[in-house]
Amino acid sequence: MLKIDCPWCGPRGENEFTYGGEAGTVRPIPATAIDDAIWARYLYIRRNEKGAHRELWCHSGGCKQWFVMLRDTVTHAIAAIEKIGSP
Amino acid sequence: MTTTRYSFRRILREGLSGHRGWTPAWRSPELKKHYDAVIIGGGGHGLATAYYLTKNHNVRNVAVLERGWIGGGNSGRNTTIVRSNYFFPESARVYDLALRLYEGLAADINFNIMLSQRGLLTLAHDEHQMEMARRSVNAMLINGIDVELLDAAQIKAEVPLLNFAPDARFPIHGGYVQRRGGVARHDAVVWGYARGADALGVDIIQGCEVTGFRMDGERVIGLDTSHGPVDAGVIGMAVAGHSGVLAAKAGFQLPILSYALQAMVSEPIKPVLDTVIMSASTGAYVSQSDKGELVIGAGLDLYPSYAQRGNLPTTQNVLAGLVEMFPSFRRLKLMRQWAGIVDVCWDYSPIIGPAPIDGLFLNCGWGTGGFKAIPAGGYLLAHLLATGQHHAFSAPFDLRRFETGALIDEAAGAGIAH
Repeated sequence: MLKIDCPWCGPRGENEFTYGGEAGTVRPIPATAIDDAIWARYLYIRRNEKGAHRELWCHSGGCKQWFVMLRDTVTHAIAAIEKIGSP
Repeated sequence: MTTTRYSFRRILREGLSGHRGWTPAWRSPELKKHYDAVIIGGGGHGLATAYYLTKNHNVRNVAVLERGWIGGGNSGRNTTIVRSNYFFPESARVYDLALRLYEGLAADINFNIMLSQRGLLTLAHDEHQMEMARRSVNAMLINGIDVELLDAAQIKAEVPLLNFAPDARFPIHGGYVQRRGGVARHDAVVWGYARGADALGVDIIQGCEVTGFRMDGERVIGLDTSHGPVDAGVIGMAVAGHSGVLAAKAGFQLPILSYALQAMVSEPIKPVLDTVIMSASTGAYVSQSDKGELVIGAGLDLYPSYAQRGNLPTTQNVLAGLVEMFPSFRRLKLMRQWAGIVDVCWDYSPIIGPAPIDGLFLNCGWGTGGFKAIPAGGYLLAHLLATGQHHAFSAPFDLRRFETGALIDEAAGAGIAH
């Protein structure tokens, strides 16, 4: 069980939260200049890191806010939690 | 060393002489400097690849490199289920090839894989799921797969222990069964392929981690390993959850996410369940092993992980589902719980085909269903390594489908919650 410190609600159990994918996936623009390879990369290619992993989570069973979490995918230790848009 | 042939007569002779005549099932050779083909990953898929490469294509001088030990990864962590009840013809062809090879495997490799085709029953818990079951059964029948639609009364007759109480949270409306589905002994499959490949001259190198790919321009010509460098005519990669880690070492990325998939076993009890039960709604699937343990599988832990243990909420969820389906199991104790790291593609179908760099071929992305596919994964990767060309069955599973958009969406065929 992960204990996740929601930036708005404080520490809660992981079953209140939903994983939302890797952080930092940026949609390529403009659409007219995007070929199939670039689009496939955006849709399907992720870093899938073994170790430190920046990822999006949503407090779906609580305040419904999204935030960024830095988690180790081997130990599951949470190193940092940031509000979206903060440095 | 010559491989000892296993037979009833041999067991009798060894039994009478104190079992002192058995020899190791495979050798532990030194890594040579050059191989015609090197396979990364000594799990079921990697060993099956080496076996079929040698046996079907007469490629000699083959090595399998395994970072850990044979049977220590997902080959020893799965729930041992075999089946081919898939929706799309492309998938049905591949998974049924695997099942047909499994049916002849014990005789082929002279190793009892304890294949038990006890049937695999997928439950439908409401009328909408029954409609989907009818649709799936129709598609599977068109694919030539032996499935039957069952109503609730037929299921009650076959598995009376299931929860048919009027107040059941997940009432059973029906389901469908693949009679040729069932279980096989997972360790025996991986050990049997290892022994079979070794007998044909394949070098199995355990404790050998691949640390880098040696390139000549765009082509990979060898590997750096913890046992030193090795030249390879051609390289196959079958490393499941660590496919992304190795791809990064080779300088490319894959459309794969790695998740923990949990399983657990109960204490052993007398025979109570003579088939395999799957239920997407309760998130659990279960069979009973020959030792009497209930072997219970869960859905994915729904965030990326390389930890081979899984987290408590998913464990609780699957066990709640299990005792809902089988109230009589609620006082059983669990003996063990673990997880394997599975490589999940976006369409829940595998990747079989050339890698983005020359000289390297991929067998990965089997996700939650790698064990059932072992013979086919090995057969098809061996074909690629030997000929450089796709087998007709593997062509649809090429990595390029993610660019062309020709995905094979088996999200339902995967059979579990994800």
